[in-house]
Amino acid sequence: MRSTRKRAAVALIAVAALGLAAACGTSKSSDNGGSSEPKLDNKALDSVVNASDQKGGTLKMGLGGAWGDSFDPGDTYYGYSWDLGRNYWRTLVMNKTAPGKQGLELVPDIATDLGKSSDGGKTWTYTIQSGLKFEDGTPFTSKDIAYAVSRTVDRAVLKQGPSYFADLLNWPASYKGPYKSPKNADISSAIETPDDTTIVFHLKQPFAEFDNLASLPATAPVPAAKDTGAKYTTHPVSTGPYMWKGNVDVATGGTLVRNPNWDASTDPNRKALPDQIDVKLGLQADDLDNQIISGDQDVDIAGTGVQPAALPKVLQSKELSARSDNPVIAREWYTQIIGTVKPLDNVDCRKAVIYAMSPTSYQNAYGGKFAGGEIATTVLPPAIPGYKDTDEYGLKANPNGQESKAKDALKKCGQPNGFSTTIGYRSSRDKEKKVAEAFQQSLGKVGIKINIKPMPDDTYTSELCGKPSYLVDNKVGLCVYGWGADWNTGYGYLAQIVDSRTINPEGGSPNFAIRVPEVDKLVDQLAVEPDAAKRAEISTQIDQLVMQNAYIYPGIYAKAVLLRGKDLTNVFLNDAFGYYDYTALGKKQ
Amino acid sequence: MASASLVAESDKEIQGRSLSQIAWRRLRKDKVALAGGFFIVFLIVVAIFAPLITHITGGPPNEYHSDLVDPALGPYGTFGGISWQHPMGVEPITGRDIFSRVLYGARISLLIALLATAVSVIIGTVVGITSGFFGGWVDAILSRIMDMFLAFPVLVFAIALAGVFPEKAFGLSGTPLKLTLLIFVIGFFSWPYIGRIVRGQTISLREREYVEAARSLGAKRPYILRTEILPNLMAPILVYATLIIPTNILFEAALSFLGVGLPPPTATWGGMLSDAVIYYTLPHFMFWPGLAIFATVMAFNLFGDGLRDAFDPRSGR
Repeated sequence: MRSTRKRAAVALIAVAALGLAAACGTSKSSDNGGSSEPKLDNKALDSVVNASDQKGGTLKMGLGGAWGDSFDPGDTYYGYSWDLGRNYWRTLVMNKTAPGKQGLELVPDIATDLGKSSDGGKTWTYTIQSGLKFEDGTPFTSKDIAYAVSRTVDRAVLKQGPSYFADLLNWPASYKGPYKSPKNADISSAIETPDDTTIVFHLKQPFAEFDNLASLPATAPVPAAKDTGAKYTTHPVSTGPYMWKGNVDVATGGTLVRNPNWDASTDPNRKALPDQIDVKLGLQADDLDNQIISGDQDVDIAGTGVQPAALPKVLQSKELSARSDNPVIAREWYTQIIGTVKPLDNVDCRKAVIYAMSPTSYQNAYGGKFAGGEIATTVLPPAIPGYKDTDEYGLKANPNGQESKAKDALKKCGQPNGFSTTIGYRSSRDKEKKVAEAFQQSLGKVGIKINIKPMPDDTYTSELCGKPSYLVDNKVGLCVYGWGADWNTGYGYLAQIVDSRTINPEGGSPNFAIRVPEVDKLVDQLAVEPDAAKRAEISTQIDQLVMQNAYIYPGIYAKAVLLRGKDLTNVFLNDAFGYYDYTALGKKQ
Repeated sequence: MASASLVAESDKEIQGRSLSQIAWRRLRKDKVALAGGFFIVFLIVVAIFAPLITHITGGPPNEYHSDLVDPALGPYGTFGGISWQHPMGVEPITGRDIFSRVLYGARISLLIALLATAVSVIIGTVVGITSGFFGGWVDAILSRIMDMFLAFPVLVFAIALAGVFPEKAFGLSGTPLKLTLLIFVIGFFSWPYIGRIVRGQTISLREREYVEAARSLGAKRPYILRTEILPNLMAPILVYATLIIPTNILFEAALSFLGVGLPPPTATWGGMLSDAVIYYTLPHFMFWPGLAIFATVMAFNLFGDGLRDAFDPRSGR
């Protein structure tokens, strides 16, 4: 006993010494960097880096953690999934595979042209190319597209994709999707396929941006005979240049190999350079960064930027910053201010929150201006048409918050000594936790006492912050959140998050807070307005109304520090996704 | 060493000393245990006076010092921003003073560990004595209950409980409620360790001659329990309570690390470690709370071992 205790005491000293030595070592290396402004390459933001037509090689793509949802085109909502998926699915139309803003342009993919609208925008018709085949060589027709769209109606089987088709098409009242309704159910009120190369969509209301819907993965053909419902994710049948070799697993990934039945002459958009794409999932995110730095992996599929641990390395090393990009993505990190929770039902109390919060501490919580993003002042991020650089509350000019204005607002709302409320955040997200702590710190200076409540990610939108009664019962007045565009237009960004009619008493809507009747009316106009310039104007109006009503604390316009693999060719960022264009990438031989 | 001290104690001049006096004499000679004890006292004093100390140094534990950190690169300066004001440096991103947070973390760790230990000592002693003294079917049932508690997956239970526990209960909410919950969970699942020891000791004590003597003189059970058995249990209870404290500190740190401890921004050692994981390239951030846990657990273990040796020299090998 005694000897072991002595040994333990020696061990204690040894460990302490080692620890100190380690602390010394790293602090020295971080000193070398100094505080000079890092210079990131940023060439892939608007041009093609290492442009190449050379085919061959294996592209190695990795992801920290499991796949976000599914490989099934009808059951996926993650941006990186939509980006990568275009290697094994083709949709009616698609975003151009071109750098920067050019990627926002829609071009035909399976279809021969963009959609033709009639009936004032309620009917949309597409003609598709003939002779296209599934990976097994059987030809596909417009009926396979109709089937693919119809299966997304069954939200019990395919839960994870967007619900636009289920919501907007004029489905028969009794229709529950192909799994539950009879096989020959008549869905001609929603989709018609008069012949093998024509598909007609009928909507309930006119909808100007239907081509954006036609670019969603849900329009990728699915052979009814091979559809296994929720299990289809294990081997979605390919229509694109690559197909899954065997099965693909959401936890471990799989391998994409060339699809012999894809005909390059029918597809001007995809270069299909590598012979094989390895998709490796379940990696440790920090390890993945190190592998990309060393060249063992080529791409981090997640596209949200390097982890905090690798960030100093990338910013400080010339070699690494020369292959990194710092895009602004069509995403904003913001906090919703819940107007149904007292005393935040008073607009001046909400304004007090906005004035008191320090914009810089919000920015720092996400890692500063490179890794986090620029201080936001509006609901719309800059990439969305309709974004206007206005600053209702002077956030940029006062990066440390405005105590005096906050106190004035508190007096106006009848709470001169402040009040107390609770802030919710997703507990697995360290950055959101830091936002919550920053709110507590900043708002505490004007007497607004904040309790911090970590919430589980998986029920955050469905049962906690997304459920109106929960917020009121538990006095949760603030919810940390973020949103990215489904497609880069005002409607594609705003429709789900500002329309009060999307708020569901049972929970589930990403709009927790915004209840402005004028905004709802403007969203309706936004859906039907045929002129894009006018739609942008309406989007601006919505933005300003929401800001004036102080339902949102705009945090930051998201940016990411992306690192390109050593041997990547043909790299560019596609603004449609905010990621590198995963259909264009090639590998140096 | 142990045999040498035994020889010393057989001198007739120490006859008539009480057990605690003997133990104290032995403990005084045990430098390692004393060092542990001094560290514990030091820690408690520092924890109590944390607000005063941090008033002189880096300020309150939740105060931001954004000017001391680069949001992407970490704290400015050496050793993670060590200075006279911030003797352990500052956190990345927020710039909160690590020294203050470690001190305030000590308050939480000690508070939870000590109160949880008190809970487990009380439950363990009551159940152990009852079980050992009455024997028979009472003993059989209580022993099985202890077995059941020992086999219980406590960590899983604690995580689940933290998830489903309501916002408000027993007239408490927020941090005080979580604190109570943690003390209860940790204490409620560590009492069987004490319970078993107490039961064993009680069984051996109740057959002793002086207990027989008291009984034959007509003493009632409560009297025997109070005056004959309980005083003789104090030594093992004290020893094992001291040895449970470090376990409880580790348990609290583990729960905080897993995110089911006290809600942020309350500084806890486990929570600080958990925050530090993603900044593994800035090891000072992980080093200080890690060292605090390590040193505290070590000190309690060394002191507890010394205490055991002092009370029961036969265990000193």
